[in-house]
Amino acid sequence: MGNRTELMPGTLDMLILQTLKRGALHGYGIAQTIKRVSEDVLTVEEGSLYPALQRLLVQGWVKAEWRLTETNRRARFYTLTAAGRKQLGIELSKFGQMIVAIGRVLGEAEEAG
Amino acid sequence: MSGLSGWRRVKRLLGRERFASELEEEMAFHREQIAKELEAAGMTPEEAGVAATRQFGNAARMGERSHEVVGFRVETVAQDVRFAMRQLRTNPGFAVTAILMLALGIGASTAIFGFVDAALIRPLPYAQPDRLVDVDESAAVFPRSNLSRDDYDDWRRMNTTLQSLDVYTGTGYLLRTGGTSEPVQAARVSDGFFHTLGVQPMLGRGFRPGEDKPGGAKIAILSYGTWMARFGGRRDALGETIDLNGDPFTIVGVLPSDFAFAPRGGAELWVPLLDKSPCEQRRGCHNLDGVARLRDGATIEQARADLQKIAAQLAIQYPTSNTGQGAHVQPLPELIVGQVRPILLTLLAGAGLLLLIACVNVSSLLLVRSESRRREIAVRGALGATPARLLRQFVTEALLLAGAGCGIGIFAAAGMMALLRSLFPKQIAQGAPFLENVGLNPHTWMFAGAVGLLAMALMALTPALRLAMRDMHEALSEGGRTAAGRFWRRLGANLVVVELTIAMVLLAGAGLLGKSLYRLLHVDLGFDPTHLATVQLMMTDTAEQKPEPLKALYREIDARVASLPGVESWGYTSDLPVQCFCDTDWIRIAGKPFHGEHNEVMERDISADYMHTLGARLVEGRRFTAEDDEKHPRVTIINQTLARKYFPGEDPVGKMIGDQQLSPKSMREVVGVVADVREAALDNDPAPAEYFSIQDGPDAFFALAVRTRGDEKAFLPELVKTLGTINPSLGVYGEVTMEQQIDQSPTAVLHQLSAYLVGGFAALALLLGVVGLYGVVAYSVSQRTREIGVRMALGAQRGAVHRLILKEAGLLTAIGILVGLGLSVGTSALMKSVLFGVRAWDVPTLAGVAGVLGIFALLASFIPARRAARVNPVEALRAE
Repeated sequence: MGNRTELMPGTLDMLILQTLKRGALHGYGIAQTIKRVSEDVLTVEEGSLYPALQRLLVQGWVKAEWRLTETNRRARFYTLTAAGRKQLGIELSKFGQMIVAIGRVLGEAEEAG
Repeated sequence: MSGLSGWRRVKRLLGRERFASELEEEMAFHREQIAKELEAAGMTPEEAGVAATRQFGNAARMGERSHEVVGFRVETVAQDVRFAMRQLRTNPGFAVTAILMLALGIGASTAIFGFVDAALIRPLPYAQPDRLVDVDESAAVFPRSNLSRDDYDDWRRMNTTLQSLDVYTGTGYLLRTGGTSEPVQAARVSDGFFHTLGVQPMLGRGFRPGEDKPGGAKIAILSYGTWMARFGGRRDALGETIDLNGDPFTIVGVLPSDFAFAPRGGAELWVPLLDKSPCEQRRGCHNLDGVARLRDGATIEQARADLQKIAAQLAIQYPTSNTGQGAHVQPLPELIVGQVRPILLTLLAGAGLLLLIACVNVSSLLLVRSESRRREIAVRGALGATPARLLRQFVTEALLLAGAGCGIGIFAAAGMMALLRSLFPKQIAQGAPFLENVGLNPHTWMFAGAVGLLAMALMALTPALRLAMRDMHEALSEGGRTAAGRFWRRLGANLVVVELTIAMVLLAGAGLLGKSLYRLLHVDLGFDPTHLATVQLMMTDTAEQKPEPLKALYREIDARVASLPGVESWGYTSDLPVQCFCDTDWIRIAGKPFHGEHNEVMERDISADYMHTLGARLVEGRRFTAEDDEKHPRVTIINQTLARKYFPGEDPVGKMIGDQQLSPKSMREVVGVVADVREAALDNDPAPAEYFSIQDGPDAFFALAVRTRGDEKAFLPELVKTLGTINPSLGVYGEVTMEQQIDQSPTAVLHQLSAYLVGGFAALALLLGVVGLYGVVAYSVSQRTREIGVRMALGAQRGAVHRLILKEAGLLTAIGILVGLGLSVGTSALMKSVLFGVRAWDVPTLAGVAGVLGIFALLASFIPARRAARVNPVEALRAE
C-alpha cells in the first residue's frame, strides 16, 4: 500500500462529481474510475462512497436510478444534475485556489531552504 | 433547494425500509464486483470474498453513516425514545418510583402555586387595580379601624390626592318573599362605590351621585349569584321591588358574574348608605371602611400624608371624638390577601423544597443506575457512540421520566387544588374570591411545564456530569471499580446530605407550625366551648326594635328554649366569643388622671345567665341579674385584663367607669370581675372588655348561646326551627356550634391548613430522605463487599463491621441534621408571622424533629449495616 495516497479530506465529493461528468455510473464503477484515472494512486475505502453518494443525493447534486448492467445485474446508477455540475465548478475553483496557495507556501519554503 | 431537499428527506424518511434495503443491495453488488475482479485475477472464491469485504470496509458502519447523512434525526430520536422506554421497562420499579416521586413534587408545587397565582399574582378584577387603596382610620389599639360617617364626609371633601373615596359596610336584611322570610347578607355603600372600583353592572345601572343621601330612594343592586338563584336570571327582575326588613327596595341593577369584593364577599345585595344608623349619627362611632382610587400621579404615600393631615385637623376640631385618630392607607390587595400571603409563601417554599428533594432523589436513583450501566455505556462508547450521542440518550431518559412525572403531576395538582379548595369553610371562601380562580389554567400549566423542565435538566445533568468526569476505559476494566465506586460514593453521599438537610428544614417548619396550631387550639378561651349551640338573631320590624318589645321577645325566646329537651342553660349577647376585636367603647375611670386619650375596650351586652352558660369563671363580685335594667343603678362587669390595666393593685369592685366626659348618664359601677373570655380571634392577645346588662340596652341584633346536655350539633336545627316560629320579622341565621365556630374561624383554618400541608410535605421529605440514605448506604455496602470480606478475613469482628457502616451513615445524617438545623433557624425566622405562641428557635421542637430524623436515619442504615456484618468472607473473596 506504500504507493497509495489517502484522499485529502473533503475531496471525495468533488472526485465523485467529476467522475460522473462523463456519464452515469454505479458505485463500483465510480470507485474503479477514480482508481484507474489516478493510476492507482488515489484509493478510497470503497464503502465510504456510499455515505458520500447519499450526501450528494440529499443535496440534489446527483440523482439515482436503478438500471441493468451489461451483465444484466440490477445496479443503482448515479447521474450528475445541473446543480451538481454547478457545484463541481465551485469546488474545482475552490480546490484550484487552495492548490495554488499551497504551492506558493511550499515554493517559499523551498526558497528559504 | 432546501425546500426540495426537505421534501426528499421526508420521502426518504417515509421510505426508510426501502432506503435501507436499496443501500444494502447496492453495497452487496459492489462487493460482488470486487470479488469477481479478484477471482478473475486468480483468487479462490473464498479468498476473494474475504478480500472484497476488507477492501470495501465496514459495511454496517457505512450503512449507518449513510443513514446519518440522510439525516433521520427524527428517527434517531425515536430510537432513543424506544431505547429509553426499553431501559425503563427492564426496571419498572425504578421507573415507577422515579415518576411517582416527580409527580408528587410537581403536583404539590403546582397545586400550591395555583393558590399563590390566584391570590398574589393575578390582579384584582377591577379597572387599574394598582391605583386602588384601602382607606381607614387608625387608633392606638387598632392600626386599621373603621371610618365614622362624619369623618368620611370630611375626608372625601377635603382630600387632594384621591380621585374618589367611597365607603362600604356590611349589614343584614330579612328578605321576605311570599309567606317566608330569610336573612340575607348585604352591604351598604356610598354612591360612587362601583364607579371607584371601575365595575359596571351587567344589567341596569349603578348608583348615581347623591343617591346615598339620607331619605333617598330605596334601591338595590343584586349580585349575579342572587339574581340567578332568587330571580332565575330574569331580565325583567329590574324594576321589581323586594321586601327588605319590611321596606320596599327597587332593583336597579345586576352585577357581572365575575364581580367579587372580598371584604364583603357574602353580600347578596348592595344598597346605598341612605339613612344614618344610630352609630353613624355620632362622629366617634366607627362602622365604615373606605376604598379609594388615587388621583393620577398621586402616590400612596402622598395620599397617606394628605389624609393624616386631615385627620390631625379634625382631631383639633373635634377633640372628644377624634383625638388620636389617624389615617391608615394601604394598597387594596394588601387588605384582601395580606393575611394569607406569608402562609401561601411558606407553603410554596415547603412544596418547592419537597420538589427539590424529589428531584435530588430521582437524580441519585439515576446515578445508581448509571453506575450499574457503566459497562453498557463504556461498550457503546467503544463501539463509536460519541459523548454527545450518549448524553442525548440520558437526556431522552430524563425527558421521558420528567414528562411522565409532569403529566401525572398536573393531574395530581388539579386534584389537590380541588381538595384544598373544598377545605375552606364557606365564610372564609366568601372573603377570598380569588379561590374561584384556583385550578388548571395557562398560568398553572406553564408553571408545571417550567418545573418539569427544571427537573429534567437536573436529572439529565447528574449522570451526564458523571459521564463526563470518568475515564471510559477505566470502566471497561474490572479493576476500575474502586475509583469509580469512590467517586459515586462521594457524589451520592453529597446528594443524600442535601436530601437530609432539606428534610430537616421541612421537619423543623412542620414542627413549629404544628406546635403553633396546638398552642392556638389550646389557647385559654376562658370558657367551655363544648356543648354550646349558638345562633344569630335579628329583629327587623322597626316597631319591635324598642326596649320593651325586645325584652318581651327575650322572654318569648326564654319560654321556647326552656321547653326544648336537653337544654341546660342559655344566654344572650351582642357578640359571641372568638369573633372579632370589635364593638369597642372609650372609657374613663372616675378619680383617675385623664388627658383625653382613647381607652379602647370591647363592650358586650349580655344577659344574666350568659356568663354562666359559657362557663366563664367569675373572679370577684357578682354576675348580672334580671334586675340590672334601666330602672336600677347602672352596673358593669369587667374582665381581668381591664382590671389589671386600669386598676393595677386595686380592687375594682365598687369603682366607677364612665365615658370620656364622665357624663352622669354613662357612669356605671363595677360589680364583678370575670376571667378573660376570648372575645376576639384566637391569635389576638386578650383585650380589656366591659360587659353591660342586655336588659339595660337591648338591641335588635343579638346572639343566643345554649348549653346542651347532649349533642349540640343535632340540637341546632331544632333550635332554629323553634325560633323561626316566633315572629316572621325575626331573622334566625348563622347557627353554628361553638366548636365549629372556633375550628372554622379564619385563624384556625389557616393555621390548620398550613400545619397539615407542611406536615405532609415534611413527612414525605422524611420518607424520601431516609430512602435516599438507605440507597446510598446499601450501595456503599455492595461496593465494599470485598473490602469487608478482607477485613473479616483479617479478623475484624461483625460488630466492628456493623459499626463501620453505621458510622458512615451516622456521619451523613449528622451533617444533614446540623446543616438543616442551621438553615431552619433562618427559614423559621422568615415564618415568624405565621407562627403563634412559638418562637422561631423553639429548642424543644428543633431538638424533637432532629431526633425523629436521626432515629429514622438510623433505622434506614441499620438494614444495610446488618447485611454488611453478615458478609461471608470466603464468598466475598471468592466472588472475584
